[in-house]
Amino acid sequence: MIYDVIIIGGGISGCCIARTLSKYDSKICLLETQADLASGTTKANSGVVHAGYAAEREYVKRNLCIKGNKMYTQAAEELNFPFKRIGSFVVALEDSQIKTLEDYRKKGTEDGVLGLEIILDQKKILHMEPSLTEEVIGVLHAPSAGIVSPYEMTFALAENAALNGVKFFRNHKVSKIKHSDYTFTVKTKQGEFKGRNIINAAGMYARKISKMVGLDYFDIMPRKGEYILFDRNILNLNKILFPTPTKVSKGILVCPTIHENTFVGPNAQNITDKKDIATTTAGLKEILEGARALVPNIPERSAIRNFAGLRAVPDTYDFIIDNTDVYGFINVAGLLSPGLTSCFAIAEKVEGFLELLGVELKVKEDYNPFRPKPERFDDFSIEELDQKIREDPAWGNIICRCETVTEKEIINAIHSPVGARTVDGVKFRCRPGMGRCQGGFCRPRVIELLSRELNIPYDEVTKRGEDTNFLVGRTKDFILKSMEEGGIEE
Amino acid sequence: MIKYKTDVAVIGAGAAGLAAAIEVKKAGLGVLIIERDRELGGITLQCIHNGFGLREFNEELTGPEYAQRFINEINELQIPYKLNTMVIEIKPGTPEKPHKTLFAVNKQEGVIKIETKAVILAMGCREKPRGAINIPGFRPSGIYTAGQAQRFVNMEGWLPGKSYVILGSGDIGMIMARRLTWEGCKVKAVVEILPYVSGLLRNQVQCLEDYDIPLITNYTITKIHGKDRIKGVTISKVDRNFDRVIGTDKFIECDTLLLSVGLIPENELTFNAGAKLSSNNGPVVDNNLETTIDGIFACGNVLQVHDLVDLVTAEAKRSGKYAVEYINNGYGKDVKRSGQIKCVAGENVNYVKPDLINKSDLSKEIVFSFRVRYPDRRILIQFKDKNGVIYKKKKIYVIPSEMIELNLNMEEIGINPECKRIEIEVIPRPEVLIDED
Repeated sequence: MIYDVIIIGGGISGCCIARTLSKYDSKICLLETQADLASGTTKANSGVVHAGYAAEREYVKRNLCIKGNKMYTQAAEELNFPFKRIGSFVVALEDSQIKTLEDYRKKGTEDGVLGLEIILDQKKILHMEPSLTEEVIGVLHAPSAGIVSPYEMTFALAENAALNGVKFFRNHKVSKIKHSDYTFTVKTKQGEFKGRNIINAAGMYARKISKMVGLDYFDIMPRKGEYILFDRNILNLNKILFPTPTKVSKGILVCPTIHENTFVGPNAQNITDKKDIATTTAGLKEILEGARALVPNIPERSAIRNFAGLRAVPDTYDFIIDNTDVYGFINVAGLLSPGLTSCFAIAEKVEGFLELLGVELKVKEDYNPFRPKPERFDDFSIEELDQKIREDPAWGNIICRCETVTEKEIINAIHSPVGARTVDGVKFRCRPGMGRCQGGFCRPRVIELLSRELNIPYDEVTKRGEDTNFLVGRTKDFILKSMEEGGIEE
Repeated sequence: MIKYKTDVAVIGAGAAGLAAAIEVKKAGLGVLIIERDRELGGITLQCIHNGFGLREFNEELTGPEYAQRFINEINELQIPYKLNTMVIEIKPGTPEKPHKTLFAVNKQEGVIKIETKAVILAMGCREKPRGAINIPGFRPSGIYTAGQAQRFVNMEGWLPGKSYVILGSGDIGMIMARRLTWEGCKVKAVVEILPYVSGLLRNQVQCLEDYDIPLITNYTITKIHGKDRIKGVTISKVDRNFDRVIGTDKFIECDTLLLSVGLIPENELTFNAGAKLSSNNGPVVDNNLETTIDGIFACGNVLQVHDLVDLVTAEAKRSGKYAVEYINNGYGKDVKRSGQIKCVAGENVNYVKPDLINKSDLSKEIVFSFRVRYPDRRILIQFKDKNGVIYKKKKIYVIPSEMIELNLNMEEIGINPECKRIEIEVIPRPEVLIDED
């Protein structure tokens, strides 16, 4: 079998391209190294859909961002991922910063960013966002900015793509690409994949993949960003809050999430190790201090998790979206912010490349752009719930107490297209363990359900794939072994 | 929708819920227990160590044995209970319709609606996760709260790892250090940020010292290593402000990290019902253990984290008694409250229960319970109103891990019935009194 398109990388951009192309009568597959999609830069992303005023005009990312932002409305309706256009504030605390905001507003409006306005009335600002510091003297309000759950969006894209025929292969790390007779042969431990075209959406590893076909013209470096997540209903922010950026940094955000939590972060630290997602004492301190400049009463005691993610920073500082000199090989790399916002516009651009490459883009007759909204316990009324439990008793078994997630939602997450295979996979799809106890009560139950539904032994269920096991053996195993070896006296 | 009617609904079938339900039933009222887990008994079932029951039964029992005594009584008294059933909403009553309504779900019945005259909250507490103390580093597998590991080992029969570091010297952490040593696992260290253990002294002796498990005080974890499974931790000394002291980092290799860094009362339901919570995350209660919502009572670890289950039982029995009194005397009647006195935590006091004293109850004996913030020796416990000290009691030493209980009759100690607030403080004894021990 020869695929028309092989997508390498199952992050937001790979999955968005997969879903965009899934409407065509083409054979498409996606290869992901990790045990699940959205495991790299996508996972620890701020989840902000930017308005598009921020990037410099000479960068392609500016227009892709402005365009991509507008494409979210339709996509969220079709795919039913959680997305809210709540608007953002860029906050000025000094007179000199107003000039920066004015510059953003002017150029942004000229380039098609809708609704940008400068608000200087402090009373009005604080009415719109009561948590904001009283030192605010003005804000740039961008009503088109929004928040999204980047991983839930990735799963939504993948589910819809899979329903429309895209094949997903997780735990498939690409080790080599051969190229001959207009056919690529992509090698993984699990076997070879042949395809006419390759889309390299490998995120942090995009250079490595590009080099496999002899293209070595850019570099990707990791830049770490740390975050602290707070319990829900503590700070109920109305807006995404940015400080006025400096030349060096965009600054620390204070931002509500789609699930009513609040996060602060990220900072920006250039590093060399592409697996270094460790948080640091200094970093966590830095982001708390940064956040306090915008929201003085950051509820430090209500933190429930800290985490860090990496940005894939290209040495060009702009997106690398190229129909390359190797015929059929497309690079989609260096997608740091606003990569998430731009993904639909990027996918559209890739579509254009494929057309140029002679891929016949014929819309399938049975293409279905809709992905049903995953049913949630919390969304039902008492009466609906009663009915649901009668139809399927698994709705009546609450597994995660903090986020009220039922057995049924977990079963659905496991059996959805490209479903969950790990505890984190379940957590990122339907939230057990995302709450204030962070899985203290529900983890053994989630392991049990994965074991039952996937028919694998209990102790082979992992957190997120290879080498992330939870358990090392049965009780009495070590003690009996030690006794046999004579290590312990009876 | 299936509907039930009862006099008292008890939410939670751990040590607190069971004792409260028995008390209500013995007084001749109807009671229904709702438990979200698979069995009666709650967390005591995973506490297979001994040390339970010394006060309640004058015997030394294991957790499951202790629970079983109450479960047997529940069965003898034919008290109805629902397992695998989770309450999702509590609706308070109104002056016209004083009954409370609970909505709960389970697999067999769907949504059930329970109309009840009174509610006793007995949901217990949960453990603080890693994020609550913001430990930096990677986020590998192999990090558990001590209680979660206890559940895996003692109830499910699985071992989470082979070599352990335990952060925090809470009781469950120390007990798990010993338990895992018995399993042939290696506990490399128990690391405590404070200068002293945060659990009971008896556990320090019996669980750590008797097994030569190193206790490292004034240290905390400053980095977690391991991208997939945890490979070790860096610990660092801390100064008085808990800031890391440069140059004191040590690496300890381990494949599992247990956290025993504190417990928090679990009050989502309470909060959503509209009850006020106090600084310890437990509901605000009066001396009848009644929350700020009429006819809704709280007891056990949902109210305050106890160090002994026997104290939970005693408190739960009181809550049962008060719920019965409420139904017999106050329910459906427009009882005029004669005002309340606020109890406030003063110097070296973390919190005080009850939060409020009803002025109508000044002639009754009231159980005060509270914890100190830091250990101290030769102290005075003082109750003050705005005019000065109204009660004082000497104590040789106090530590945060031991809850202090005092039974006092406010009239007898001479409280001014007009006062609005009293403050409870634990202070160093003035010099003239020092030699009296």
